[in-house]
Amino acid sequence: MDCCTPTSSVAVAEPPVATPETPSNGSKSRTGRIRTIALIGPPNCGKSTLFNRLTGMRQKVANYPGVTVEHHSGTMKSFGRPDLTLIDLPGIYSLATYSEDARVAVDVLKGNMPGVPAPDAVLLVLDCMHLNRQLMLAAPILSLGLPTLVLLNMSDLLEERHGKIDALTLAHELGHPVALISAAKGTGMDLIRNFLQQFSEFPLTRPGSARLPIIQNPASCRKWAGQVSARSHFEEPESPRWTRRLDAILLNRVWGPIIFVAVVIAVFQVVFSVGQPLSDGLGTLLTHAGASVAQLLPDNWLRALLRDGLWNGVQSVLVFLPQILLLFLFIGILEDSGYLARAALIADRLMRAIGLNGKAFIPLLSAYACAVPAIMATRTIENKRERIATILIAPFMTCSARLPVYTLIIAAFVPDRHLLGHLVGLRASVMLGLYVLGFLMALFTAKLLNSRVMKASSAPFVLELPQYRWPTPRSLALRLYDRGKLFTKKAGTIILACTFVVWLLSVLPVHGGQFSELSSSVIGHIGHFIEPVIHPLGFDWKIGIGLLSSIVAREVIVGTLGTLYGVDPATHASSLQSALHHDLGIGGAIALVVFFAFAMQCTSTIAVVRRETNSWKWPALQFAYMTCAAYLGALLTNQLILHLFKASASF
Amino acid sequence: MVVYLSGRGRYLALSDLRVGQSAILESLELPDNVGDHLAHLGFLPGANVEVLRRAPAGDPTVYRIDGVEVALRKETARHITVELTAAGSRK
Repeated sequence: MDCCTPTSSVAVAEPPVATPETPSNGSKSRTGRIRTIALIGPPNCGKSTLFNRLTGMRQKVANYPGVTVEHHSGTMKSFGRPDLTLIDLPGIYSLATYSEDARVAVDVLKGNMPGVPAPDAVLLVLDCMHLNRQLMLAAPILSLGLPTLVLLNMSDLLEERHGKIDALTLAHELGHPVALISAAKGTGMDLIRNFLQQFSEFPLTRPGSARLPIIQNPASCRKWAGQVSARSHFEEPESPRWTRRLDAILLNRVWGPIIFVAVVIAVFQVVFSVGQPLSDGLGTLLTHAGASVAQLLPDNWLRALLRDGLWNGVQSVLVFLPQILLLFLFIGILEDSGYLARAALIADRLMRAIGLNGKAFIPLLSAYACAVPAIMATRTIENKRERIATILIAPFMTCSARLPVYTLIIAAFVPDRHLLGHLVGLRASVMLGLYVLGFLMALFTAKLLNSRVMKASSAPFVLELPQYRWPTPRSLALRLYDRGKLFTKKAGTIILACTFVVWLLSVLPVHGGQFSELSSSVIGHIGHFIEPVIHPLGFDWKIGIGLLSSIVAREVIVGTLGTLYGVDPATHASSLQSALHHDLGIGGAIALVVFFAFAMQCTSTIAVVRRETNSWKWPALQFAYMTCAAYLGALLTNQLILHLFKASASF
Repeated sequence: MVVYLSGRGRYLALSDLRVGQSAILESLELPDNVGDHLAHLGFLPGANVEVLRRAPAGDPTVYRIDGVEVALRKETARHITVELTAAGSRK
């Protein structure tokens, strides 16, 4: 029998072909071709990685459970089957639904999701490293009676760690075809192709011939799964020695927190020490490119618009591309390796101290990239009030859109000095301080809500620690490519549009064929009108215009300032960093970043909060609260610094 | 710590196990949704559970059960009863 226990990743096994007499256990007979296929499996088994492979799309993937919270559809065009639609679903353990993401999965699967066609076939993805537990889900899924291909994912790792599974026997046991694949490496894809080919050519009436547990509670499913895997000669892989050894250090009482802090500091250090020179270089390049193109244009309003208005605005945002990419490279490494789950473990005590739901951690962590997916990720939180509380605090986490604003102000106002010898830069420390500030404000807000809204005990912290994996260069490269594309696209659309409006308002009205002076333009009037409100924060009217425009999106302020300084003859020739010194003192500069740490300057976030809470009440409340916090925070900062300077000057 | 003796071993709360000890899971007294989630992670009566390590702050604790590592807070582990076997208590 040993000869036919295939552990190689190209083994496929067909179940016994069902004869027409075989009673079909409730499964509908299908005459049409298959069109819609659902991708289902337990959390963190690699569904989205496979989805991305089969559709050529880019759903977010990472090495922790609960990354996918929505259903996503894509045609399998890059797989040579443009006629087939694949639906990626959130991971589930059973068909019992306690949280919204699980409800989405089950609704789609059962054809109860409005707007999504009922699936004609199922790809059941299981992590074959833990087959005897993962198979528990096979019982309810196969009971649905849909044509199902069971995909044993991560078969490369199983083989590597000397585990075994007899796919042929398993297929006989389950009554459905089984294929060994590796979604990360891309092996076994032709098996999926064959399966789809067969099912679309021979419309099926193939019932599952498996003996499934009749009562499908966890205990009976687990027992059944254990028996099936035992009969399929499943041999567990060796326990991951590296994961244990690494955890002994990374979760060590002393070293764990130290390494955690060191990792965070290192990220910021690299963002500055490597990112800043790259960004400066890119800036020089873009300025030269702009200048040489501008020379080809006649000296009229068009040149003014293109160079002073649009190009200045857009390029001042674009130069932050290196920093954004570096940040996402680190986030990618931390997420894919499995370290983030450990970070959750280290930080849990703190989270609990403020009464935060354990499940809130993953959404809050992902808010460091962007609040929008983070707010969607709160769907894993079952309790509605806790979910809203998490939504309310998520935008305080420092998202990547704040990075351009922070780096700009820090590079302009904070001297490039070293702390602790040459280990840590002052700039990186200030940046870290801003991240901590946002986090503390989130904690404070959570505490504020805690008195009524949140109860820590109702949804306990249950964290499955994934094994450490090497982040694949492919996955990292794809992340960076997607992020870079998103960032440049935003610069080319939203920021370009905002810059255009700002430029237009900064030269209008036209008097006798001449553009207005900046301070007598429309925007100058608006700016001077609002100046009294922001003056106590240490901002002048140009910064005020920047703040107004950044309600669209945080980075827009950088583009707006780029345009305003480009239009203004006084600062026309200087870089954005030095131009800022015309309008901001150190007090105003620090106040500005504090303002951005707290303010909800993001229409996408407002929209997603509106959608997820299904009311305007929460986004309105949140916007008001965050803007007040930002105003007061900036006011306090500016006044404090002014008084400190005054005090030190009087000595 | 509530310890009561039976013919075979000692029953106690999962949270009372020391690092390195292992025991047989006896019962869970948790709300349905939590119990269901844990059951699917392998927290089922009869399963062998081992205390791997505690987080740096002393809580949560990482348990090894059914081939996976799962971290639980003390407040959750308190509601899980285990039976300490002779083999599990040596250490």
